[in-house]
Amino acid sequence: MTTAPLAFETRSPLRILIWAAPIAVLLVVLPRAVDPYQTILLAYGLVMAIAVLGFNLLLGYTGLLSFGHSAYFGVGAYAVAFMVKYLHVESMELFVLGAIGASVLVTALFGYVCVRYTKIFFSILTLALSQVLWSLAFKFFWVTGGTDGLRVPTPKLLGVVTGESEDKIYFLAHGYYYYVLVIFTLCVALMWLIVHSPFGKALQAIRDNETRARFIGLRIRRYRLVAFLVSGVFTGIAGALWVPLNGLTTPDILYWPFSGEIVFMAVLGGFRNFTGPIVGAVIFNYLKSYAVGFTVYWQAFMGVILVVLVMVLPTGVVGTAKLLGAYARRRFAR
Amino acid sequence: MDILVIHLYNALLYASVLFLIAGGLSLIYGVMRIVNLAHGNLFALGAFVTASAVGQWFAGSQSAWLYLLLPAGALAAAAVGAVLEPTLLRPFYKRPEEYQLLVTFGLLMILEDVMRFIWGPYPVSATVLYEKMGSAKVGEWIYPRYNLLVIAIGAFAALFLWAFIYRTKFGVVLRATSQDMRRASALGVNVNLVYVEAFTIGCFMAGLGGAIIVPSQSAVLGMGVDALVLSFIVVVIGGLGSLEGALAGALIVGIIREIGISVFPEIELAVLYLIAAGVLLVRPAGLFGRAA
Repeated sequence: MTTAPLAFETRSPLRILIWAAPIAVLLVVLPRAVDPYQTILLAYGLVMAIAVLGFNLLLGYTGLLSFGHSAYFGVGAYAVAFMVKYLHVESMELFVLGAIGASVLVTALFGYVCVRYTKIFFSILTLALSQVLWSLAFKFFWVTGGTDGLRVPTPKLLGVVTGESEDKIYFLAHGYYYYVLVIFTLCVALMWLIVHSPFGKALQAIRDNETRARFIGLRIRRYRLVAFLVSGVFTGIAGALWVPLNGLTTPDILYWPFSGEIVFMAVLGGFRNFTGPIVGAVIFNYLKSYAVGFTVYWQAFMGVILVVLVMVLPTGVVGTAKLLGAYARRRFAR
Repeated sequence: MDILVIHLYNALLYASVLFLIAGGLSLIYGVMRIVNLAHGNLFALGAFVTASAVGQWFAGSQSAWLYLLLPAGALAAAAVGAVLEPTLLRPFYKRPEEYQLLVTFGLLMILEDVMRFIWGPYPVSATVLYEKMGSAKVGEWIYPRYNLLVIAIGAFAALFLWAFIYRTKFGVVLRATSQDMRRASALGVNVNLVYVEAFTIGCFMAGLGGAIIVPSQSAVLGMGVDALVLSFIVVVIGGLGSLEGALAGALIVGIIREIGISVFPEIELAVLYLIAAGVLLVRPAGLFGRAA
């Protein structure tokens, strides 16, 4: 990578709180203000935000572009579906734990192979391995349901039966939305701690200059493997949270264009920012939902956005907003 | 024994088409160092154009002249390539890889819908070319003659490309640009022109692959996305940027697939991906690749 090393800003926790508190309040109040459809869309956005947050630990902080993150999302989702089908589990907490376990196994295996390479070979290898899982899910239809997928009923949250008595829309827009919101907040906080820890700094050093990082004595491959593991597990958690929302898991979420969408979201928000992936995922989700409702050619619409984005605004929405903010501040300081 | 011959033909048939797609992908990577994720869509474009030329514009015709329409898809793909490279890809050669991958991914999404817009969601076929040729006898079995034509075109394309790259002046310029773009430019090579030409040839090959396979199958939406992943396997096994590698990779994939379909149909694709991953582990640059 030839881009100039960009430091991730380190702000005092207090200043972040000034930013984050109104947003948190807004997210909590929102289901009371808007109709359930909007809340469910936002829940989808937050779930994808967890996945992209994990993805960006590799792209933005470690400098590795994975084109196979659909695999870990799919592992999380299918882990839940298998727990429903074969173990008759109903508890959402167990689903998340199961998804974490499954994605640790798969990312450890895939990561061990993939982190030997960087750049384009890393991208192609992650893509090829994700397609192994896709073809298995696709062909072993007696286990995975093939293209019909597997149905996942409404789960129990915190051991309480929530889905059966009420209608499903209400459940998703209220109880489940808050459940997603809590896990989302935990994931954001955890990721913030990770990227600001010495481990996160080491990853950025490796991204900016591998040779120097090695001279300092960093074990590059081990750092990359751990980053890969964390990244895959975040995406796996997102997969687990996504299934009850969607009610169904199909091999489509393992197919490689879905990995492309994850990359798209990161770039849309700006992968050189901590908040970029979150903003990108939420915006992408709205854009896609409205484009799908508006035209059958939504894919071309999104494609044009992607092309224009990488041509004109390579730093994404958040990066551009920061640039404009800095510019405005300079103008007013004068 | 005869059944073995039939299996061999099938493997070669598959390898011919794969070589055309993957060879184009590899040529483009070799010269421009860019992995074109929309390459599979140019393959699909070739299939759609030939299918609609034969099956829609000249529907009902039984004339042998119809075979002259086969290259139509290849020419269409080449024309699209010649427009895309200078307008969309050129600004990205100096940008980091992730942007190159993303812009071609955006292109993939656009081309996919452009084809949906033009040809609609239903398959388009050109079976008249396939049926007209009848079958040849292989011992006590019969085999469609058209498939033999596809194998011949694949073999001829490989030979022609080899001669083009290793025996002509343009080939020398192409190889020089691929080895050291700046030095070639300093020696007076018009690098931009070479890039357009290389990209156009790559797209032509992909389009030809689609055009020659469409009479025996049909052109369907999504065929490009599927083809791209298979050609990734081919170039990973053979080595990105190497035409010999694309040929060897296509043959290996063709043979394994033919064995896989009859012996282990469920895990056939998984085995291919695992072989690709295995090759990358042992030889990161592929069987014929130069070290990156």
